[in-house]
Amino acid sequence: MHALRIFWISWKFHLKSLSLSGFFLLISVLQPLIFATIAFYMHRAGAREGSLLYVALGAGLMGMWSSTLFGSGGAIQWQRWQGTLEILVAAPPRFILTVLPLTLATASIGLYSVVATLFWGGVLFDVPLELEHPGLFALALPATVLGLGLLGLVMASTFVLYRHANAFSNLLEYPIWLVTGLLIPVSLLPGFVEPLSWVLAPTWGVRAIRESALGGEPLAAIGMCLALSAAYALIASVTMANFERLARSRATLSLT
Amino acid sequence: MRHARIFFIGGLLSFRALFSFLRPEIYVPGMLVAPIFQILLFVYIGRSASLESDEFYVIGNAIQYAAVPCLFAMTFTIAGERYQRTLGYILITPAPRLPLFLGRTLPVIVNGFFVAAFSLVVGSAIVGVDIPRSAYAPLALVTAVSIFSCTGLGLVSAGIGLLIREQAVLTNVLFGLLLVFTGANAPLDSLPAWVQAFSEGLPFTHGIEAARRVADGAALDSVAGLVGAEALIGTLYAIAGYAFIRTTETLSRRYATLERA
Repeated sequence: MHALRIFWISWKFHLKSLSLSGFFLLISVLQPLIFATIAFYMHRAGAREGSLLYVALGAGLMGMWSSTLFGSGGAIQWQRWQGTLEILVAAPPRFILTVLPLTLATASIGLYSVVATLFWGGVLFDVPLELEHPGLFALALPATVLGLGLLGLVMASTFVLYRHANAFSNLLEYPIWLVTGLLIPVSLLPGFVEPLSWVLAPTWGVRAIRESALGGEPLAAIGMCLALSAAYALIASVTMANFERLARSRATLSLT
Repeated sequence: MRHARIFFIGGLLSFRALFSFLRPEIYVPGMLVAPIFQILLFVYIGRSASLESDEFYVIGNAIQYAAVPCLFAMTFTIAGERYQRTLGYILITPAPRLPLFLGRTLPVIVNGFFVAAFSLVVGSAIVGVDIPRSAYAPLALVTAVSIFSCTGLGLVSAGIGLLIREQAVLTNVLFGLLLVFTGANAPLDSLPAWVQAFSEGLPFTHGIEAARRVADGAALDSVAGLVGAEALIGTLYAIAGYAFIRTTETLSRRYATLERA
């Protein structure tokens, strides 16, 4: 009960805090709209038009990935710069419990992206929002947020070991958009890419959301999101404990 | 002589001082690897939509990605001085302003050109685009003019950066606008008429078009109009940016707001 209260209050706090950041609004709202616009025009002008709703949902997930990547990848570093890392580590709750709401909040503001691209598509490109399985769509969204948020927790605890985590985050934005099939089918990519995509939550998140919106069997993809979330949670609990132990023993907690 | 010294040496010193953090572990992911993935993303979207050839996206994105070094670096040449608390010292020097500010653009142009050239060569090699050797020199010239043009816009962004706090957001927005409206990915004739009219006034629009034609074997003479338009747009932005910086400098003295944002 105590842990749930910490989670709920921290998640709300970080959600509000991130929603006030111009940078996060840019990457979670404006940037997906830019990519959605380009993709809409490319598909309209191309010989194979495809479904514009497919593009709108993919662009929404692009924004969700960007906010998770930049927010979670730099989560510990930001706490360092703000001077709050020591306070969080010294607080009675386990450190992972204070970081998890932050990484989930970074994935949650990605929902702005989904709403923004669907609204944009509807208003400017007449993309109809007719969901095949509305109930499963409502289930797929939080499952995707959970998957990305817990992947964010893994990134938060591992990127901190890399001194230039921000540059690393920049590097990972486009490749993940590409290999997880957010705007193009993974089958178009070279064969070695597909196994890589299987261990990444955005792959299953976008499948779950698309299949619930456009038709298909989204339950398997939702299940994969949840299974990957459990795996990420396990990995993050080990890496986060390792980070905390090393930082304490080497006295490097506040070193930037 | 003094002007030339401030332009060349001052510009180089400023670049080295402000961008000392651009070590290989930062430069390589951000400036050399990221544009390749941008190229790949749009090449595959293009294939998926059966729209244009791979060459279309390689050239469009290689040149367009140079907006990152051009816009961010130009904005940072002013914002970075403020961050390091050296902007005030620079503005009270008796150094003439024209070489002082324009000298800062030269290293940015050189870096932008390198990023675009690298992306073009590596991107072409990865997706198998073959550009004839005879097109290398004109392509280099067109790319250089496009980079100059975008650096002009960067100077405007630097001026705006003196007034607002969220400079990174501003430059990201400008980068996004260039990605959509310059025809780097969506062919201009597929965009609405008002967008096409707007794109005429943006850096890269004419340069990317000229580069594509040159890569397809057109002679430099035949794209002289496009290259001239690109150079003119860059010059106009540079003049506007310089004037804007001078104006905001005066205002910041009057209202004591130099370090405020």
